[in-house]
Amino acid sequence: MNLALHYPVLQVIIPMLMAPLALLVQHRKLAWLLASVTSLCAFALAIAIAQLVLQGSSYAYPLGGWQAPFGIELRVDSFSAIVLIIVSGASTAALLAGYQSLAQDIEEDRASLFYAAWLLALAGLLGIVVAADAFNIFVFMEIASLASYILVAGSSDRRALPAVFKYLIMGTIGATFYLIGIGLLYIMTGTLNLSDLEVRILAVEDQTPILMAAGFISVGLALKAAIFPLHAWLPNTYSFAPHAVTAFLAACSTKVALYVFLRIDFFVFQRTLSDHAAQFSIYLLPLAVAGILYGSAMAIREPLAKRLFAWSSVAQIGYIVLGVSLVSQAGLSAGILHMFNHALAKGAIFIGIIVLASQCQQLTPTALNGLGRKHPLIGIAFVVAGLSLVGIPGTAGFVSKWLLIDAILEHHRWSIALLMVVLASSLMAVVYLAKVCETLFFKTPETTVVQPLPKLAIALLLLVSFANLIFGVAPGLPLELANNAASLLLEHTL
Amino acid sequence: MTAVFSIFLLCLLVITAAAVIRTTNLFVAVMLMGIFSLLIAVSFFLLDAADVALTEAAVGAGISTVLFLSALAALTEEERKQAGGRVTALISVSITGLLMAYATLHKPDFGDPSAPAHQHLTPWFMQTTAEQIDIPNVITAILGSFRGYDTLGEVFVVLVAGIGVLFLLSSPRPSSQDKRSSEGLKHYLIPRMIGRLLIPFILLFGLYVQFHGEYGPGGGFQAGALIAASIILYGLLEGQQRALAVLPIKFLRLLMASGALLYAGVGVVGILRGSYFLDYSVLAADPVTAQQVGIILIEAGVGMTVTGVLLSVYHAFVARGKLQ
Repeated sequence: MNLALHYPVLQVIIPMLMAPLALLVQHRKLAWLLASVTSLCAFALAIAIAQLVLQGSSYAYPLGGWQAPFGIELRVDSFSAIVLIIVSGASTAALLAGYQSLAQDIEEDRASLFYAAWLLALAGLLGIVVAADAFNIFVFMEIASLASYILVAGSSDRRALPAVFKYLIMGTIGATFYLIGIGLLYIMTGTLNLSDLEVRILAVEDQTPILMAAGFISVGLALKAAIFPLHAWLPNTYSFAPHAVTAFLAACSTKVALYVFLRIDFFVFQRTLSDHAAQFSIYLLPLAVAGILYGSAMAIREPLAKRLFAWSSVAQIGYIVLGVSLVSQAGLSAGILHMFNHALAKGAIFIGIIVLASQCQQLTPTALNGLGRKHPLIGIAFVVAGLSLVGIPGTAGFVSKWLLIDAILEHHRWSIALLMVVLASSLMAVVYLAKVCETLFFKTPETTVVQPLPKLAIALLLLVSFANLIFGVAPGLPLELANNAASLLLEHTL
Repeated sequence: MTAVFSIFLLCLLVITAAAVIRTTNLFVAVMLMGIFSLLIAVSFFLLDAADVALTEAAVGAGISTVLFLSALAALTEEERKQAGGRVTALISVSITGLLMAYATLHKPDFGDPSAPAHQHLTPWFMQTTAEQIDIPNVITAILGSFRGYDTLGEVFVVLVAGIGVLFLLSSPRPSSQDKRSSEGLKHYLIPRMIGRLLIPFILLFGLYVQFHGEYGPGGGFQAGALIAASIILYGLLEGQQRALAVLPIKFLRLLMASGALLYAGVGVVGILRGSYFLDYSVLAADPVTAQQVGIILIEAGVGMTVTGVLLSVYHAFVARGKLQ
């Protein structure tokens, strides 16, 4: 039995099979341990897949032994490999760092339900990434979305409930739009397999339903990916969710939606219209710019640290979209690499929030005062992650931002204006980071409750912050994957 | 004739939908939603989609009405006055609807044999089902085997939905109410007697639908909903405690987890026997028999999870509600 052949499906079914088991474990620590070990396994598999993908190009897995397009097929290539690493890595880090923090939010008798939901969220997100079938993507999107609503609702903060309700409504609309689009595509082509769709769509005489399908799918996925102006659900969801859940979802969930958006757009729709690439930029580029500026501006105005970084996510999604909307090798690879680097930076920041929140009762605007001075190591690790978010040389964020600027300069028409936007928003990021630093280091501490520091969370914070530095100096594997992914996507354009 | 009936049904659907939106009484809205689901089920049946019609009738008109009602028991009956935003909602919904209608203007006609949906994959499905699976219901072959991975995903969607409801409803209450259980209809003789007569037939029909899925419309989803419905009916008549005595919460949780595990486990056996995940043809010596065995096993898994989830969700709602 050649196990490597089964990697794509094992990536999904290991967390999926463990979820019902976690449900039956009526013990908090055991359920957490099961979830963490499973997630770690998924991470190891993702890295193994990335290495295999770098040797060859891509490989397919026919489920049930039925060949595509009749059966369902899984497919992994460089693009899916980098997103698999992001998802499984974020889940592992957040789970390991989040035990104490989650124990405060969730009662003992609900813990097994919570960790089962976490595993299903992980399985859903991974399942979306390896899927090569439009309807299969929808099924796993349902699993991932429902599970993430549960995770967000696990917060002890009651404001999480209205936030998650909004998230649920928006997410459902997004998924429904996607489903409508898939339905239209199936009516016109009779197939659901992505590579079969790519071929058959060209033979369709009347392109109106195809155009409508493209519209519905793009709007639905943009809603899921929180692309400006469809980001309304994001700030409250991220700020009221349990801290560990924020670390997990902020690092990967919108990126998975973006991944599907890019995959379907480039693999299926790019060839149907002459000038589609140009249209893609015309619609997305202004939205990206507006998102970058608006998100950064809102972050500056926001007093609450956790919500501030949620707003910054809106801006960072803007960067990724800006990169890909250039539809060039450099732009795409900058955007994809930024997915990875942003996950690294945001993951570290929210793990930092887990650690800091353990030292205060509630995350009020003044709760973090002086905590950096009290625990300098934590403060510094937190700031390093922040610097990576801004894009200071030597950190991971710098590499993708540099590539983005490079790609913008290649794109002649608007290059100066776009350059100004990137520079302005970087300055804005410095301002909001400075605000957080001021609170952490230069304000007098409130009388905080002294609680034991969560050691595992601190170790994770240091590790991920350090990874920000490592990938800033040697971006090797992610950069290579991003470059391959960009050329893969471009192969499918005209 | 069918066309006239379809148009009549669609008109009724529109009227029901409008009534659901207009009413401010949630109890009325729930009842109208039940009617809406039943009308849709009939429309599906007219479109020759018997499997979908059965699901819609069992889940949409049956179980979800009961679940809505038990949720309503924990809430007030009247809708809260809305401040505004209805006009914006109406406009955006209308635009979406018009776009969808416009897109479908260009699609192939209903029942057009040359439509891509009938020409591309369907002939292969028909032929392969006859050759390699040898069951009369092609829909079951597609759902259970050719696209079995999607169905596995759907089972986990049901599971995660159940986990979600249990997780939310088991949160500590803001006010300290003690748990109440319903008395049922113990003091209403006629509904109780008639209801009791119905239970064995519903249960039997559920089992028939479960094991007859290869030959006619049906399968685990519909059967799970029907079996759950019979237990829920018992709970409604005799009180929640009696229903819990038949199938306790712990057992239901085990049922929902083990159904999902059974389905995925059958898939894993495919890998262990040197083939692909969810390849049933290696389950027995003869690949055709093996496919049938595989489909029966996974349908059993589906039925277990659906029954377990629906009953757990029902009990969770009743325990949370004020009075039945």
